[in-house]
Amino acid sequence: MFKLLEGPQTLGRGKIFWSCFLAVLAGALTYPLFADSYDVGNFAYFLIWIFMALGLCLMWGYGGMLSFGQTLFFGIAGYGYGVLAINMGGGTATIAALVLSVVLAMLAAGILGYFMIWGGINGIFFGIVTLSATLVLAFFLGQTAGPEWHIGPARLNGFNGMKGMDPLTVGDFYIEGSALYYTMIALIVIVYLALRMLVNSGIGNVIVATRENPQRAEMLGYDVRKYQLLTFVIGSGLAGLSGALYTSWGQFITPSSIGLPAAAMPIVWVAFSGRNDLTATLVGSFLLLFGFQTITVYSQQAALVLMGALLLATVMLAPQGFVLGIGKLAADWWGGRRRRDDGAVAEEAGRLQPEES
Amino acid sequence: MSAEVFSVFYQFADVFAFLILSAAGLAIVFGMMGVINMAHGEFIMCGAYVTVGLVNLGVPLAIAQMLAALTAGLIGVLVEFLVVRRFYKRPLDSLLATWGLSLIVTQSMLLIVGSAVRGIGTPEGSFAIGGYSFSTYRLVLFGCAVAVLGGLYIIFMKTRFGVIARATMQNAAMAKALGARTGRIYAISFGIGTGLAGLCGALYAPTMTLIPTMGATFVVESFVTVVIGGANVLLGTAPAAVFLAMIRMALNASYGQIIGQIGMLVAVILIIRVLPEGLSSVLVRRGR
Repeated sequence: MFKLLEGPQTLGRGKIFWSCFLAVLAGALTYPLFADSYDVGNFAYFLIWIFMALGLCLMWGYGGMLSFGQTLFFGIAGYGYGVLAINMGGGTATIAALVLSVVLAMLAAGILGYFMIWGGINGIFFGIVTLSATLVLAFFLGQTAGPEWHIGPARLNGFNGMKGMDPLTVGDFYIEGSALYYTMIALIVIVYLALRMLVNSGIGNVIVATRENPQRAEMLGYDVRKYQLLTFVIGSGLAGLSGALYTSWGQFITPSSIGLPAAAMPIVWVAFSGRNDLTATLVGSFLLLFGFQTITVYSQQAALVLMGALLLATVMLAPQGFVLGIGKLAADWWGGRRRRDDGAVAEEAGRLQPEES
Repeated sequence: MSAEVFSVFYQFADVFAFLILSAAGLAIVFGMMGVINMAHGEFIMCGAYVTVGLVNLGVPLAIAQMLAALTAGLIGVLVEFLVVRRFYKRPLDSLLATWGLSLIVTQSMLLIVGSAVRGIGTPEGSFAIGGYSFSTYRLVLFGCAVAVLGGLYIIFMKTRFGVIARATMQNAAMAKALGARTGRIYAISFGIGTGLAGLCGALYAPTMTLIPTMGATFVVESFVTVVIGGANVLLGTAPAAVFLAMIRMALNASYGQIIGQIGMLVAVILIIRVLPEGLSSVLVRRGR
């Protein structure tokens, strides 16, 4: 099973890559020991969004489905967590609220995905239908300010957002600060490795084959719709995980984290990073989130202008993504050196390249 | 009795006009080039701001609105030349590029103009039928929507440009081989599309608050209309707008705007399950 951690669908293999991976992980694990708690909390905040980015990377980069609806499922699970956590009372029940809210997002994705995928919606329309659904949810939540909009004791509160839910709790122990940070790191490592295994498994190969040529995959005997739906549900579920963690982290959520411009952010992260590789998305999204947050302190509008400019620059200059491009350059340079040494790196050429989409 | 009938028609006309005016520009660009202009809402916003700016300078409303549409059209031609042109072979990337543009424009406007701009107020004028009072301007909007459809019919069916444009739409390579300047056709079509977006903003500018993010109010309606309408503006967008307007009107009247919007979205999601290529695919097939 662990053999699947490396394979044709993911960049990075061998001792060097995994040593780097362990070094970064060790750095991340020791970080709270010397950083102050404010920075640790901020870091945990960046990490929240990584799941949403990895989910989009799976759908778009591997599955060829460009979903603009990541924040739709982020919002469903985010609000879901809030409503459930308030209704079920705090304490250990918040863990159940987290799980249930992600399941809720996946159910919603299953329903929406069924209609779109079985209807045979193509690339562009997939994006705008998901975006329409996202915006409608944001508009709907925006007008729920009145006291009549409540689910049990949980008030939705319109644009001001829902608040008052407990953060993730085990018994009497609030998962906050560095405990939350370590939880995030653990979740990211699990999700990242699990996604690597998924895309390198048989299922992952079918997903990629569908991206390359849906008809060909169908002729080979696969019901591509099922694989697309699976990809969509997993990717949207990861967005939901981000949403539930976000609500738990700040103990509030507003419609503005669903509508525009929030809906564009996952697209920018993944496009800039390189949608065809999980590792590139992980690294690139983290860097962008870090940069974005640094600029937002001074001016949110300026940060968003920069994000728009990055998106435009990416598609015009490096359609495969900047981080992936730089990573490949480094790998080529390294591979070239090794080839001079022992002349044995031909497997890289076997990596499936996406056809012009 | 006639007052009730007219009232229903009035509500229908209001929604229909909104759908047609907000979707026509998007549908033309999609129909011609297969590209969805994600900055559509920003061209609408541009039309609205230019209108209000000119009216505040003392220009009469109708002239200001025409100038606003023209401005949006010219900016559209420029954007086509600088950005969109590179992406006709990569339609998905064109969405990303125009979305990037949309972010840049909206947020820059927020930085430069700020959120508050003095509005101009809906033109006065109302008339009464039976016990009901109706705003004249809303009917003017309906008239404009019908005029836009009529104008597009004339441009695309009766002029030389229309013949060449339809040829380009059907088979760009063949049209080019026969001497059509497809690049120029694309630029003009994109300009017409963004000009119509500008017109939409110009027409609705007196009725709403001007904020840089106002484009978002229009995008859902324009997206869903184009999704069900499909690639043909006249045979797709117009029937789609009639259909959606009826659903929306019925729900608006009984449950309010937001339920109307949700109902419209649900209808669209149900329809794409059976008609993924939109109404125009059915109508065009019937026509042959």
